[in-house]
Amino acid sequence: MTAASTQKLAVEEIRKDFPILSTTARGRPLVYLDNAATTLKPKSVVEAVQRHLLLGASNVHRGVHYLSEKATADFEASREKVRSFINAREKAEIIFTAGTTAGINLVAHSYGSLLKAGDEIIISAMEHHSNIVPWQMLCERQGLTLRVVPVNDRGELDLTALEQLINQKTRLVAIVAVSNALGTINPIKHIIDLAHSHDVPVLLDAAQAVAHIPLDVQTLDVDFLVFSSHKLFGPTGLGVLYGRRELLDRMPPFLGGGDMIRSVTFAKTTYAELPAKFEAGTPHIAGVIGLGAAIDYVNHVGLAAIASAEDELLHYGKRCLSEIPGLRMIGTAEHKTSIFGFVLDDIHPHDIGTLLDQEGIAIRAGHHCTQPLMDRFGVPATARASLAFYNTKSEIDSLVQAILKVQRLFA
Amino acid sequence: MTSQVDLYQQVILDHNKKPRNFKKLESHTHAAEGFNPLCGDHLWVYLQIAKSPDGADVIHEAAFEGSGCAICKASASMMTMALKGQSPGTAKTLFSEFQSLLKGELNPDTEAHSLGKLKIFSGIWQYPARVKCAALAWHALNGALSNQQTVSTE
Repeated sequence: MTAASTQKLAVEEIRKDFPILSTTARGRPLVYLDNAATTLKPKSVVEAVQRHLLLGASNVHRGVHYLSEKATADFEASREKVRSFINAREKAEIIFTAGTTAGINLVAHSYGSLLKAGDEIIISAMEHHSNIVPWQMLCERQGLTLRVVPVNDRGELDLTALEQLINQKTRLVAIVAVSNALGTINPIKHIIDLAHSHDVPVLLDAAQAVAHIPLDVQTLDVDFLVFSSHKLFGPTGLGVLYGRRELLDRMPPFLGGGDMIRSVTFAKTTYAELPAKFEAGTPHIAGVIGLGAAIDYVNHVGLAAIASAEDELLHYGKRCLSEIPGLRMIGTAEHKTSIFGFVLDDIHPHDIGTLLDQEGIAIRAGHHCTQPLMDRFGVPATARASLAFYNTKSEIDSLVQAILKVQRLFA
Repeated sequence: MTSQVDLYQQVILDHNKKPRNFKKLESHTHAAEGFNPLCGDHLWVYLQIAKSPDGADVIHEAAFEGSGCAICKASASMMTMALKGQSPGTAKTLFSEFQSLLKGELNPDTEAHSLGKLKIFSGIWQYPARVKCAALAWHALNGALSNQQTVSTE
């Protein structure tokens, strides 16, 4: 691996950290271009999970025996790694959840319970279903209104519209930092400042951002930030909710159960302090330990180096794909990550996906859990190649050749 | 393309490009809409069923319209060809045989069937994500025969 100080990544060395990259799919060398669905896991993450499960398995926050205390220490060390990674003020503001979706649902239920009929929530037209449906459900439960910021033809947010939508009834702006379908990097600092100038808190869906751009919750001054471990090279089934303490303290617990209480009697139960208040039940201990190892890995490679390697892939891919006749990019924002959403004339994305798969190339074909966004662009689905820092230009060449082959087959 | 099963054989590509009976059948007696919400495949299947001289019901015309992937369109196109001149009962048999074929439960080379050219879809069971594409028109057919107007394969 290359040290964080050097900007140029030694990709061939890095690829050795991900054994899956040396495997085959359908008899061809695997070309993994589905990183927006889930990122691959480096050996160090798998080894950390394995070490815990094989040699350290124990529950946390309960036992007085050696293993339990060791597991608790490892678990809490991961929380500190997450805190430091997003620069939260304190560990208590880091809540482990089951994923981005679970984090948003937690906020929609708990923060949402403080809201009343007539209040408004603002989301955008490029949200993943996980940042649409929990708010729709809240609106139905409590008579709130959902407002939607439109998206322009390049796949960028209409910030003027956002400014017009914010009013005295607005209680939250819940917005995606990086679009999973388009790759658009939204101007999150600008959005947060705008919302704060109206005393409106902001929830950032950072699922797609966390592995690609540095996120500093204090510099951003964001109120809630959610992401998934598995899109940051860690295990699935785990996510993080960062919340500003003042907000988390005001919010009631979401799930009730063990670990989130101070004392329980049938007459009255009192709740634990943060973060335990929002972490009912035995957590995903192995996953949390794996996430800690994933953050160590990212820190070692360096997010700046990752971002710059991906930027190079973005520009190369953009150039190569734009030369393919009959290919239309969906998502051409000025600021974007290395996600390429595209459609081909007269060829359905599912056919593209299956035919690329036969070449060993893994992409996603579908609506990417963003049906309103697909409607916005007038397509039922797109094909999406999403790259990470361990991808190479030669893999982009393979993608281009395979697309040309698909076009010849359908000609 | 090399693979264990070639999904995109010329016949399928040809039916995708030039789908047969691709129209709205104004004179239909039965029709149903099929929709895969997850992938957006969306089509309508029309049947014109009338009595033959011997008094039995016969599918005189079968047609479809809509949009979908190549597998979905080719399956629909070939289905309409297979249905013409058949009785509704035979159509139902074809439907269940085709379902078995898609699930990999019917080996068209060793077991008896009436699928004819439709056996080209054998092997699709190796691509579980695509089975519903091939099945959509058939579920719409089944819906039309059962007087059910909308079907979904999700």
